[in-house]
Amino acid sequence: MSASVTQSWDELTEGLWRQNPTFVMVLGMCPTLAVTVSGVNALAMGIATTLVLIFSCLLVSLMRNIVPGEVRIATYIVIIATFVTVVDYLIQAISLELYDALGAFIQLIVVNCIILGRAEAHASKTPPIPAMLNAVGMGAGFTLGLLSLGIVREILGAGKLFGITLFGESFQPWVVMVLPPGGFFVLGGWLLIFAWWARRKEAGGAQS
Amino acid sequence: MSEQLPETQPAARAPAQSTPTGAMLRTLGLVSAICGLAIVSAYQGTLSAVKANKIIAQERAVFKVLPGAKSVDAYMIGSDGSIEVAREDAPNGVLRFFAAYDETGRLQGVAAEGAATGYADVVRVMFGYSPDCECIVGFDQVSSRETPGIGDKITVDKDFRANFKSLEAKLNADKSALANDIKVVKHGSKTSPWQIDAIAGATITSRAVGKGINDTARALLPKLVPQLEKIRSKR
Repeated sequence: MSASVTQSWDELTEGLWRQNPTFVMVLGMCPTLAVTVSGVNALAMGIATTLVLIFSCLLVSLMRNIVPGEVRIATYIVIIATFVTVVDYLIQAISLELYDALGAFIQLIVVNCIILGRAEAHASKTPPIPAMLNAVGMGAGFTLGLLSLGIVREILGAGKLFGITLFGESFQPWVVMVLPPGGFFVLGGWLLIFAWWARRKEAGGAQS
Repeated sequence: MSEQLPETQPAARAPAQSTPTGAMLRTLGLVSAICGLAIVSAYQGTLSAVKANKIIAQERAVFKVLPGAKSVDAYMIGSDGSIEVAREDAPNGVLRFFAAYDETGRLQGVAAEGAATGYADVVRVMFGYSPDCECIVGFDQVSSRETPGIGDKITVDKDFRANFKSLEAKLNADKSALANDIKVVKHGSKTSPWQIDAIAGATITSRAVGKGINDTARALLPKLVPQLEKIRSKR
């Protein structure tokens, strides 16, 4: 019993930390850089991707024994595209403003390599429940990555956090932060912090 | 950007003997059927909510450009040039507009959408036209992807917004065209009431706003104004 709990926990946390899609695997950089101009956009994109990831991984996992190897990529892409279309309609139904803000990047979830990567590398070899747990963790990890960019860029570039103005009238926004180069700056900054952290941990582990 | 999938082992997956064609077709057919069903049901399920959202968004935009408006009716110019109630199934190029009324049901103004290419992408704007002053009394952006901090000033720049308090859009004597095209001029060189003073540093976006409004006004107003009586009161 405890072994299976540990295993489930392992599946769930893999994406959150050890194999974080943004900071460790550096996957799905296109939405990471493009939509993270504000916290709300980042959060919405993260949730949308997570939903697609969970349902695609579930279906891929359920069908893992009947999909012939020759046509597996075609199958996965059709499954992923289906859930992206569904999420696309859902976002339109929830908020058109959000839909306009995310623009083409909702449709581009289809080619987000995290999803195809998880379907091919994990869900196609794993039973449904661990596959879904892993997808939840990966999705949460991706959302976390997007949020850590979105929040920093919104604070620096617009002086706001989730649309609430933080500083007074005199705040001069650091506009480059909400432009494409700002995405690279902030991503670079976060990768630097994570790399430094990982190295420090390694060094600490070697000493003890 | 190099992207790697650490756990992928294509060699292990490649089957030694090939799968029969029938099995492949069956699987693909099954997957397509499931996916098709999912997409169609999602479309049907969200259709009414999406439509309601679109109407709310449009009404909100109309209220923004025509302050004082309380209710909105959607109309279009039919193929014979007369005003008709807007229909969903109308062809794409049809001229649509909104008539806005105050509490008493009196016509406040007309709002319509215009679009023109800006710096990054098409800038879509909604503008309000008041038949009383024969002028444009407000505008708001519907969608744009202009550069933050530069092109997106069109919605906040006070001097630029002041252009649209009463921007002349009079028709000529025989009501066949605008007397003067609405024109965007360089910042600080506005001389006539039909000119728009551009934002310094965001001339391209300013021009897109002016062109979008002018194109729609030129096409719509000569057809609309002679029949204005038809929409004087709320339907």
